[in-house]
Amino acid sequence: MSWDLVVNVSIAGVLTGLVYGLMALGLSVIFGVVRVVNFAHGEMMTIAMYAAVVLFATFRLDPFLAVLPVAAAFFVLGYALQSGLINPFITRPEHSQFMLLLAVAIIMVNGLLVAFGPGARNVIVDYQLESWALGPLLFDKARAYAAGMAIATSALLFAFFRFTLTGKAIRACADNYLGAKVVGLNVKRYYALTFGLGSACVAVAGCMMILLVDVTPTLGPAYTLLAFVIVIVGGLGSMGGALLGGVLIGLSEALAGLFITPSAKSMFSFALLILVLLFRPQGLLGRKI
Amino acid sequence: MSATRRVGVLLALLALALLALPYVASSYVLSVATLILFFAFTGQAWNVMMGFAGQLSLGHSLYVGLAAYASAGLFFHYGVGPWAGLWLGMLICVAAGAAIGFLAFRFGISGVYFALLTIAFAEFTRIGFDHIAWLGGPGGLFIRVEQRDSIDLLNLRGTPEMFYYVMLAFVAGAFALCAGLLRSRAGYYWQAIRENEEAAQALGINTFRWKMLAVMISAAMTSLAGVFFAFYYNNLFPEQIFHISRSIEIILGPIIGGIGTLFGPILGAALLTILADGITELLAALGWEFPGVKQVFYGVVLLTVIMFLPHGVWPALARRLGLGHKAPEPTQGRAAPSDDASSGKS
Repeated sequence: MSWDLVVNVSIAGVLTGLVYGLMALGLSVIFGVVRVVNFAHGEMMTIAMYAAVVLFATFRLDPFLAVLPVAAAFFVLGYALQSGLINPFITRPEHSQFMLLLAVAIIMVNGLLVAFGPGARNVIVDYQLESWALGPLLFDKARAYAAGMAIATSALLFAFFRFTLTGKAIRACADNYLGAKVVGLNVKRYYALTFGLGSACVAVAGCMMILLVDVTPTLGPAYTLLAFVIVIVGGLGSMGGALLGGVLIGLSEALAGLFITPSAKSMFSFALLILVLLFRPQGLLGRKI
Repeated sequence: MSATRRVGVLLALLALALLALPYVASSYVLSVATLILFFAFTGQAWNVMMGFAGQLSLGHSLYVGLAAYASAGLFFHYGVGPWAGLWLGMLICVAAGAAIGFLAFRFGISGVYFALLTIAFAEFTRIGFDHIAWLGGPGGLFIRVEQRDSIDLLNLRGTPEMFYYVMLAFVAGAFALCAGLLRSRAGYYWQAIRENEEAAQALGINTFRWKMLAVMISAAMTSLAGVFFAFYYNNLFPEQIFHISRSIEIILGPIIGGIGTLFGPILGAALLTILADGITELLAALGWEFPGVKQVFYGVVLLTVIMFLPHGVWPALARRLGLGHKAPEPTQGRAAPSDDASSGKS
């Protein structure tokens, strides 16, 4: 096996991994603040992918421009989901929350199946087949743009949490529920806001992912599992950890596909998950719990 | 009538109805009833872990699959009968459960993290079995189907009625076992751990040991369902038997029926199976047979039940029937979400 093939596959894995990371970032932010595991996360991702497909098919809207309307719609959807359905569940036991989001996921997957049928959909833009060559190294244009978008969105979110007053308020809710209430924050509203932001992350990731893979309704549960693996590896609730986990999983998938067999690629992700859970349960970048 | 008497009468009537069913039911109804019993049994097994001891497993398909493959593999390659194969299957399942439990509990993993760990093990095994050629790989493992009119209980080959009665016996056995466990020392320890693990530990309960016991009993019970599955359906595919959706099917019944109760898993399995079939019939009558419509309805019903009956159907029903059932539901909810009880105190 030639050296430059391995490097090129690794580059593609890392770039895809950044988009995975953005998807997982949404899950991580939601868990970090609301403390509810979004079992419908991958299903939301596929809905965003279909939204990009529809916008492309009807308005010839490039997925990079579709990001704006889709993310806005997802923010509203996420806000409504949290304030309407999940907020009453935040004091219920975990299995109860799990059932709720599972039911939401079932409705989402099969709603897509009803609306679009089981066939695969994609978008075709001219830059998907182009790449930059840097000596023997190849950078897939669509993949590189998508990764850039993922980094930009993550940076934006990071800045929001770091520097805005609303971001600080959300972090206060995450740090200390009771304390946040005492100083007069409307915690449930901030939870809804957080879920909206997490959903918007997924929306951007979905619009990017449709440039790289075809979408089918049944892809949802697979993405949910993938997002879990990434955030656990990186550290549930840690923003940098989600991106790092995404890159690691993207890389391990690409290399396992190259060296062993593509069908075994997620086996390595799950093995990594098990190892991390056992030896560093807070994740690679997670805070010590 | 006292509540206990009423429960006794209810049980007797239920047992009678179930015993008589094959004499009156069509083959379609019988197959649905067998499916209900299957999920009642697996739900009961899962309930030992979650409902009694409070450990949320989302990977019970692992035990169904391991036992199914163990017994079917022995039968397929060496002609070893299922009842002998069951012991190997059970041994593997208990070992797998013990390994997962040991790793998780030793490293202080609980709550959501424990649930994700069980998913990870099941998914890891699913993909692994895709690459075991000896057991058919992704192409599946098939058991030869013989004449279905003679009954060969020893090899678990026979009529649908036989399978029905075998599963009924499993369900009855599981019910009796769980009823006994709930009233045993283990049962009380488990409930103490479920309600408040730290308090249980402070009282001197070796929580590690009792949680391990719950996982191992649950895995051993589930292995029976696996053997039944292999010989009832005669085909096994890793994609199907280890898939997370099968784990979810297993846990829906007890959650809808009522976690931690004895009747909950049975009632939940019956409700969900009948609901799924009812929706199919209804949609066929309306002519709405697009793929996915059925599951959307199913999801909506699940959502409604979990929103309005958070402790499941059985505790509410038992109150109505005057069975004096005090719902022993797990109360591991948090007073404040910042009070994170989920993970890693290593």
